Amino acid sequence: MAEKFDVIVVGAGMAGNAAAYTLAQAGLNVLQIERGETPGSKNVQGAILYADALEKIIPDFRDDAPLERHLIEQRVWILDDESYVGSNYRSEEFNREPYNRYTIIRAHFDQWFNKKARDAGALVLCETTVTNLLLDGKRVIGVATDRKGGEIYADCVILADGVNSLLAKKAGFHDEIKPRDVALAVKEIHFLPQETIESRFNIGEEEGVVIEMAGKITAGMMGTAFLYTNKESITLGIGCMLSDFKEQQVTPYQLLEKMKDHPAIRPLLAGSEMKEYAAHLIPEGGYHAMPQVYGDGWMIAGDAGMFVNGLHREGSNLAMTTGKLAAETLIELKEQGKAWNARSLARYQAKLDDSFVMKDLRKYRQAPAIFEKNPHFFTTYPELLNRAAHTLVKVDGVDKKSKERSIKSAFVEARSRLGLLGDAFKMWRAFQSR
Amino acid sequence: MIKVEEKLFQNRYRVDAGRPHITIKDPQLCATGCDKKQCTVCCPAGCYTEEGNGRVVMIADGCMECGTCRIICDEHRNVEWDWPRGGFGILFKFG
Repeated sequence: MAEKFDVIVVGAGMAGNAAAYTLAQAGLNVLQIERGETPGSKNVQGAILYADALEKIIPDFRDDAPLERHLIEQRVWILDDESYVGSNYRSEEFNREPYNRYTIIRAHFDQWFNKKARDAGALVLCETTVTNLLLDGKRVIGVATDRKGGEIYADCVILADGVNSLLAKKAGFHDEIKPRDVALAVKEIHFLPQETIESRFNIGEEEGVVIEMAGKITAGMMGTAFLYTNKESITLGIGCMLSDFKEQQVTPYQLLEKMKDHPAIRPLLAGSEMKEYAAHLIPEGGYHAMPQVYGDGWMIAGDAGMFVNGLHREGSNLAMTTGKLAAETLIELKEQGKAWNARSLARYQAKLDDSFVMKDLRKYRQAPAIFEKNPHFFTTYPELLNRAAHTLVKVDGVDKKSKERSIKSAFVEARSRLGLLGDAFKMWRAFQSR
Repeated sequence: MIKVEEKLFQNRYRVDAGRPHITIKDPQLCATGCDKKQCTVCCPAGCYTEEGNGRVVMIADGCMECGTCRIICDEHRNVEWDWPRGGFGILFKFG
């Protein structure tokens, strides 16, 4: 006899775990299916955890979640080939509990999160790949898996199957992702003794630093790089739009090697041992690239629904929030005795629209196109800024007025007066559009 | 130049021998219909290599399951791409 559940959640990442946990807490009969050996073994993230989104799901998560370091300092570097211009923000405020942001290691964190879902009553099936959705007309009635006799039924399926979102594609719910709507990131984890990390980054026990980077480091492609401190390791990576990788024929790991060899980054990694290399896609297409995220008996949460705010490096918090909202939609409707169909599940979209998720995605809807059409934000300006800093800092007998003039003319020469004005306007529009 | 194999050596895999989850649909199309062969450059695991005769060979053993090759082959859609069977493929220790 075929098994039947209230809800099947596909995937045990941030969105899937948030959904499964929330549903199980409310007493629904939940099956969660994960293709990895353990939850987290297929998941890749930088990774920074934003406490707020998780707090709203598991308020006391700090008691036992595997957290690496809480962040007390944010560094932003605009790099040229041999230099960077940067800014730091560090505050004791970030050293007061409850902490706001943490570095995490996803393989560890996801196991913890998934255990919470299991403890709440969700049934979790690992090492099982969902191969297709089972459809009755347009209605999703369950999933087919690669297990023997692997058809399982449910009243609703939450697709939290990650950026590739193969299941919704196979079912015809949305098209293949375009190279311009997705970034490819590669990263490595490097181990160092805890004390070395703390002295190298000027931090105390459990304190962490983030370095966000842009500029020449992405070789003219639209993208950014990062370096995060964990307890006994450093993760660093670089990501650029896939369309740029394709256009410019760049090999991702060579880009990463070049990054590690930058004179400002190399000393931070000195003596470390690299223990894993990972690659992952990030759906950064934004508002205009988002697919339909609900229908008869199905909902999409997390990366699969392109819920990523690329400009602010936010994704996992959107994943958790969308997973939670999807679950709450089902719980509410069930309480009201309503069926889970396309009409009633529109409430999920309403909840999304009403939350920071869609408000932010809408606010920055112009940004992807503006940056795509203006690659000089990633090439010309970093160069100009670094040269300007060099001119100002170097003491060489040239008077300051002449220095100012040469900096000014370098900017005008590179972009023209009108171009500079236009760029300022475009930047404003990317960040301020309502 | 570093070899990607040195990086992949650090990773943990359970290879599903004889059942690659990615295949090239029509190898002839890669040889004669595609100039860029972006898969041979952009795959972060270096799974795709161009042979002397212009053919592209795909070996999925080091695949990190990112999806790049499928999405980047947007003119020809010549990559058959599915997940490995449950429990197989890359197993991230840290992610």
